[in-house]
Amino acid sequence: MPEEPVVDVLIIGAGASGAAVAWSLADTKMHIVCLEQGGLMNPLEYPSTGRDWEARGQSDMAINPNQRGLPSDYPINEDASPIMVANFNGVGGGTVLYAGHYPRFHPSDFRVKSLDGVGDDWPIDYDDLAPYYGENDRMTGVAGLAGDPAYPHDNAHKLPPLPLGKSGQLLAKGFNKLDWHWWPSDTAIITEDYDGRAKCINLGACGSGCAQGAKSSADVTYWPHALRAGVELRTRCRVREITVGEDGMATGAIYYDANGDEQEVKAHVVVMACNGIGTPRLLLNSKSEQHPDGLANSSGLVGKNLMFHPYAWIQGVFDDEMEGYAGPTKVIRSQQFYETDAARGYVRGYTFEISRGMGPVRTVQAGMRHGKIPWGADHHAAFRRMYNRITGMVAVCEDLPEEHNQVTLDPTLKDGDGIPAPKINYTLSDNSRAMLDHAVARATDILQTAGANDIMTESPISWGGWHLMGTARMGTDPERSVVNEWGRSHDVRNLFIVDGSIFVTSAGVNPTSTIQALALYIADQIKSRLANLFD
Amino acid sequence: MPNSFTDAEKRTLAILADMVIPASAEYHAPSAGDDAIVSEILSDAERHHAHLSIGLATLETLARERHGIDFADLDSAQGADIVDTFRETHPGTANLIANLTTQCYYRDDRVMISLGMEPRPPHPLGFTVEQGDWSLLDQVRERDKFYRKTE
Repeated sequence: MPEEPVVDVLIIGAGASGAAVAWSLADTKMHIVCLEQGGLMNPLEYPSTGRDWEARGQSDMAINPNQRGLPSDYPINEDASPIMVANFNGVGGGTVLYAGHYPRFHPSDFRVKSLDGVGDDWPIDYDDLAPYYGENDRMTGVAGLAGDPAYPHDNAHKLPPLPLGKSGQLLAKGFNKLDWHWWPSDTAIITEDYDGRAKCINLGACGSGCAQGAKSSADVTYWPHALRAGVELRTRCRVREITVGEDGMATGAIYYDANGDEQEVKAHVVVMACNGIGTPRLLLNSKSEQHPDGLANSSGLVGKNLMFHPYAWIQGVFDDEMEGYAGPTKVIRSQQFYETDAARGYVRGYTFEISRGMGPVRTVQAGMRHGKIPWGADHHAAFRRMYNRITGMVAVCEDLPEEHNQVTLDPTLKDGDGIPAPKINYTLSDNSRAMLDHAVARATDILQTAGANDIMTESPISWGGWHLMGTARMGTDPERSVVNEWGRSHDVRNLFIVDGSIFVTSAGVNPTSTIQALALYIADQIKSRLANLFD
Repeated sequence: MPNSFTDAEKRTLAILADMVIPASAEYHAPSAGDDAIVSEILSDAERHHAHLSIGLATLETLARERHGIDFADLDSAQGADIVDTFRETHPGTANLIANLTTQCYYRDDRVMISLGMEPRPPHPLGFTVEQGDWSLLDQVRERDKFYRKTE
């Protein structure tokens, strides 16, 4: 069999960042191959097409890979973390299951050290990313509304905001009574037909895949364009290691195909897009004589500074009936407590994401978890007091980088191809605990002001490790960072990282919009330096 | 669909489902121990078979130790007594059984109709959600920009 030609660019991972970088690089007409360990999604197989849609959100479409346990998943040892990982392995990655909350970072988020004396500053700033945020919004299809006083002015194209509905109105009135900020969420859900996709029809099951295709997951936004532009996507291909030459440069990757057969692809440039867990796992699995501590790890920081966003969950039970699970999960946001105020007893801040309601199964399970819905004859009446009457919010709290929070390789746990699995060590900081407590107290104020007759809280939520950041951080100092200010490894000059691993700090917002803007920014940096990319 | 549970385990799960959600004449709602619902529970429970089998065996042991008969043969007071103990000593398994029961119960036609729901999945028809009163935002629009400047 003839040897496969060397490809120009090998991208590992077809999620949010891999899709964006593939699409952007495609206009160079280079030979680009993307390896993805999962498959191509079929929206007609998503849970909302069946009566068991809530049950499947806890089994084969659960957000936690250990719970899901699909062949495309790899196990994660989470025993030493109070927060469990949420991800998805397939074309589109985590965006297949995300709720689509799509806010940008604030300018202050890039200057955390300078402003608050904690964490580090990014080597780039909001203005560097602003054009890429705009381009990403256009490619993605984002509902929202211009003019939010919590943000700088932007000219992004926004589709009409998601409907407020009864729950949004109820809580908006609560915020207004307190004179606190709120604004329609920037949400990656199309409210008008857009880019060949049909608009949202309020299925209400955003978190287990959108059968309508209205949620802007990367498999329906960037990938169709990237494939038409000539990018080659190979699914069910799990990379074992990145290979290197005698000079220490990356030469490609060894992977297992859908049949479990070992394959090798050689490449001039390798781009990592495997998220904040998968990327350090693969780098640490790529030890060699030239890189004995793992690839791109001369700083020792690969896997360190893992940041989640600790989440608080605060829900109110109201007398009036609302829309329950119908409609997109997210409604509005509040950033009243986003920027640092030293009087609050912590630094940095959080966003309130207001969630609409729950289906019957989530309602009864929340009610049982909180002792409000019993087993037995009283079950029915207790359930009916809560069903369609719950709304509330989560607080997305900024997590600061700490080196002891890290991803390492588990000494015994392996995936289905025998590749060592990641192990998470994570503890919640005092700053995060204080921030969570503040968020629970303020959310309680809002819910009570809005008329809640009962309130349920969980803080931090254990199942909420949606955002995986910081484990191959960006910076100008090779001793204090893994990649430079345009995403290239300090150690390996043809290796780039474009996913949430490169975040320096986490901000207090969902990261996907920033992850994809960064991927587009790095793609532009590559394109503008092609003549001397490895210098 | 083939199922790995023994007949005795199936019978016990049906009894437990009925204990989680009994029938209600007031709400025109069936018991979760109804045959059709139990069939769904057994199907969903398959991926938890090993865990559940251990839990159900523990329940049987408790019944025999305390009352000298199988769990399924206990009267309602004896059954409730055993289940109370089981929920205290094995909360993880008890919660799993409750979760499986509820996730199957609340997708049954009769139950959905009793709640005023259309007995159908969300897709392809979707739902209607009202826009709401956007004039509520006027108060926020009047605020000055308040994001933190970096220079």
